[in-house]
Amino acid sequence: MAVAAIRLRDLFAVVMLFGIYSFVSASLFVVLDAVDVAFTEASVGAGVSTVFMLGALALTASKEKPKSARKTLLPLLAVTVTGLALVYGTWDIPAYGDPANPIHHHLVQRFIEDSPEEIGIPNIVTSVLASYRGYDTLGETTVVFTAAIGVLLLIGGARRPPSGQDDAR
Amino acid sequence: MKRYTIPRVGTKLLLPLILLFALYVQFHGDYGPGGGFQAGVIFGAGFILYALIYGLDNARRLMPPWVLRIGVSLGVLIYAGVGLLGPLLGGQYLDYAVLDARDPAHGQHLGILWVELGVGITVSSVMVTIFYAFAGRGR
Repeated sequence: MAVAAIRLRDLFAVVMLFGIYSFVSASLFVVLDAVDVAFTEASVGAGVSTVFMLGALALTASKEKPKSARKTLLPLLAVTVTGLALVYGTWDIPAYGDPANPIHHHLVQRFIEDSPEEIGIPNIVTSVLASYRGYDTLGETTVVFTAAIGVLLLIGGARRPPSGQDDAR
Repeated sequence: MKRYTIPRVGTKLLLPLILLFALYVQFHGDYGPGGGFQAGVIFGAGFILYALIYGLDNARRLMPPWVLRIGVSLGVLIYAGVGLLGPLLGGQYLDYAVLDARDPAHGQHLGILWVELGVGITVSSVMVTIFYAFAGRGR
């Protein structure tokens, strides 16, 4: 699918492929029992970002310009080297589902054992996100907020006078 | 899209369900999968669907941009404000256990509910804001 996304010149089809790719990864997360992550991936990756990509597509051309082969050589090299480095990095990752993995021994155990008493809500993912790691989530919300401000500053300014109370705030 | 009946009627049928599902995800996030972020995205997607089918002008009338701009900042303010209640009530920043002096777990529960609400408001407003910006640009 990724190869098809690279080879295709029609950007509309590429956007659709990205959406399908996101949805497939969401299904993968469900298989891995990470329902919250799958939920986010399905709604954000497959849903809203596809719409945003289409919106961006409506502002530009829907066909990719053909490039000469010489210009793609250096990026291809960089991507291959990065990919190889990442694959090299995966050698050290412990086996999936092994109970002896370090991740199961420090914080996770404490969260699972103490969260029902300390927080009292059944979904531990929510209690970790919103309470134990509250600073992190506050930062994420601020990032989303900043993203909106950035988009508004870049392309949100109305060039013609807005019809209504658009500038009241 | 004005002349196509099936998308218009389908949207009218689906929209309440989408918004209701978003609220369910928002407030049921403590018990099942989901939370403020996902709920905000779904809520925003509902308005985006409306804007796609019924046109940007109708959507702007339904959800004016100034409401969105308040929402974008209000969510962050709710989050940070709930965090500030901690030190005011004698705890630490973003420590919700002090919200209920007798039952710390209940305080945590309350804090998470409010914080997730803040996240949801910000995320849904941001999604619709970005969509308005993109869609309004091409005209």
